[in-house]
Amino acid sequence: MLTLYIPMDSVACAVGADAVAAAFAAEAARRKLDIDIVRTSSRGLFWLEPLVEVDTPQGRAAYREVSPDQVASLLDVDLAANGDHLLSVGLVEQLPYLKTQQRLLFARAGITSPLSLEHYLAHGGYQGLEHAARLSHDEIVAEVLESGLRGRGGAAFPAGIKWRTVRQAQAEQKYVVCNADEGDSGSFADRMLMEGDPFLLIEGMTIAGLAVGASRGYIYVRSEYAPAIAVLRQAIDIARAHGYLGADVAHGGHEFEIEVREGAGAYICGEETSLLESVEGRRGTVRAKPPLPALQGLFGQPTLVHNVLSLASVPLILSRGAAWYRNFGMGRSLGTMAFQLAGNVRRGGLVERAFGLTLRELVFDYGGGTASGKPVKAVQLGGPLGAWIPPSQFDTPLDYEALAAIGAMLGHGGAVLCDDSLHLGQMARFAMQFCAEESCGKCTPCRIGSTRGVEVIERLLAAPDSAERQRQRALLDDLCDTMQYGSLCALGGMTPFPVQSAMRHFPADFGLDTQEQAQ
Amino acid sequence: MNAQQQETLQQLLQQYRDLPGGLLPLLHAVQDALGHIPADAIPAIARAMNQSQAEVHGVIGFYHDFRTSPPAAHSLRLCRAEACQSMGSEALAAQLRTQLGVEDHGHTADGQLELRPVYCLGACACAPALQLDGQLHARVTPEKLSALLAACGKEAKC
Ligand SMILES: Cc1cc2nc3c(=O)[nH]c(=O)nc-3n(C[C@H](O)[C@H](O)[C@H](O)COP(=O)(O)O)c2cc1C
Ligand code: SF4
Ligand code: FES
Repeated sequence: MLTLYIPMDSVACAVGADAVAAAFAAEAARRKLDIDIVRTSSRGLFWLEPLVEVDTPQGRAAYREVSPDQVASLLDVDLAANGDHLLSVGLVEQLPYLKTQQRLLFARAGITSPLSLEHYLAHGGYQGLEHAARLSHDEIVAEVLESGLRGRGGAAFPAGIKWRTVRQAQAEQKYVVCNADEGDSGSFADRMLMEGDPFLLIEGMTIAGLAVGASRGYIYVRSEYAPAIAVLRQAIDIARAHGYLGADVAHGGHEFEIEVREGAGAYICGEETSLLESVEGRRGTVRAKPPLPALQGLFGQPTLVHNVLSLASVPLILSRGAAWYRNFGMGRSLGTMAFQLAGNVRRGGLVERAFGLTLRELVFDYGGGTASGKPVKAVQLGGPLGAWIPPSQFDTPLDYEALAAIGAMLGHGGAVLCDDSLHLGQMARFAMQFCAEESCGKCTPCRIGSTRGVEVIERLLAAPDSAERQRQRALLDDLCDTMQYGSLCALGGMTPFPVQSAMRHFPADFGLDTQEQAQ
Repeated sequence: MNAQQQETLQQLLQQYRDLPGGLLPLLHAVQDALGHIPADAIPAIARAMNQSQAEVHGVIGFYHDFRTSPPAAHSLRLCRAEACQSMGSEALAAQLRTQLGVEDHGHTADGQLELRPVYCLGACACAPALQLDGQLHARVTPEKLSALLAACGKEAKC
């Protein structure tokens, strides 16, 4: 029997994967062909989606950008023998894009069915929890500390230190909260992981609960991710039915339960204290720190807040060991990072690699430059609060410290490419406008400053002469300073990054000539 | 609210009143069931959740998702974040303005379709993206947008 693998990832479906699966089923029925269609997660090779894979003796062969009207011609060739077809890309795991990656977190991407616990177990699932169950709580925390894992949500704080703080806090009730608000443009790794490998996140949260002594977990998912919410809820029910959630998750009487909470369209709710306010049923107003969420978090109790990918890294660290995990990466950036190539890029998708490859390798070797074929003008790294990086800085290694040294940040690992059709003066204005729309309103530099920022940039862009441009530019620099140093959180504090990097590297887009820029 | 809506609301209040931090899930459930959060539901919501009416109003106002007026028959959410902008989402917005006369946060003259901006749908590798009536579409071209609109009865005027 012919076995076909077609992703059920929402973006694969947004470019036709469901329709292709339906067309295969219908055409096979018409031909009285016995085929098995397995709906899997996505490989993350999004430029090839809908990507259809077929079992062959050599491995899975793949066919790219399949549309329903090509299904009949595909079934005409001998797919099971890696038959030749216009859409063939050969053996999928031999594609350089995939072959050169280090897929640890996304080891199962494109291979397993998201909601098949059987697949999950057959591909290494729940080995981390099994190992953790044999350790003491402190030993689990020590393993995470030793791994060097840093939070993948953006701030890159050492995970183990947070675990230790929550572990040592005394309280009746503690919580593990998963930050699945993934609001950064250019980011989709959390979405892929939740839709594609939900048990991995559940296992990671369960280990975290065991280690810090929390019996309840929440996953806060942005409302834009309805398919991820649905998959997670089903996976939680399946895990519970098999004893992986509930009264005794690790054969030691340890209870752990997870509830999914849906956001309601507020970028700021990705900031951890705003997120906690939101889970508590209030406006997402940012809290001042201290107190740290690790000590007084959800409902005032000690709370471990982590990004999806941080928690999903934990099962592997436990099953393979901290020492093994530290083999990946460089300096203080250890393990692998899920880079995401997006925007005007020829080969957009997920690139999981150890820290340390250069931006150039990411953008050109993987991304293949722009989709439009024009030169890459800039890359915005790390979401809407990240700097615009010009090609002259593409040799910077992708690790936290090296990027900080050029005034950029890795954030959640999303890289948005653009060509010269994107006007970075307009993008600077957009950054301020976005901040104004999404500000929680708690502090003046952010709430008022961002609105003023939009106005100043508009005046700068419309300035009739050099004197006026200089005046507006000085005002904008001042304003950025105030926002950067006077804001409570990074929304107000980092909105100046995309604005000032755009102005510094692309003065022409602001009507500034290089001389004016230098002044 | 009519009697049936009242009854729906009462059921939801029962379901969510004891959920810790249950106000957002409740508001989502009300909006899913009734299409919006009717103003005359707010006193009952506030009572059930033990919050003041001002607090409930404050929460509804804070989040972009919640609405206090009924939705149009069709809802189009066009992604306007950076990755989609780099792939022409502003041109799609302009197309909607010229073809349908619809602005951000506005609706067509016949009130049948409303347009709201959204900032990232997680489809940034296949930009530009949009959601039409909750369904995600990616690699949207001007032609594809016209076809999608035609399919929901919104022929271009020009
Ligand atoms: C404006 C703003 C938005 C944020 N958005 C997210 C987000 O969408 N997802 C996320 O994991 N962290 C986000 N963060 C970072 C969180 O505040 C927090 O650092 C993170 O959840 C901690 O988890 P980690 O240690 O695993 O990174 C955001 C921070 C700020 C200031
Ligand atoms: S910087 Fe902006 S978003 Fe952050 S706390 Fe202040 S007002 Fe709120
Ligand atoms: S920026 Fe539009 S989908 Fe992410």
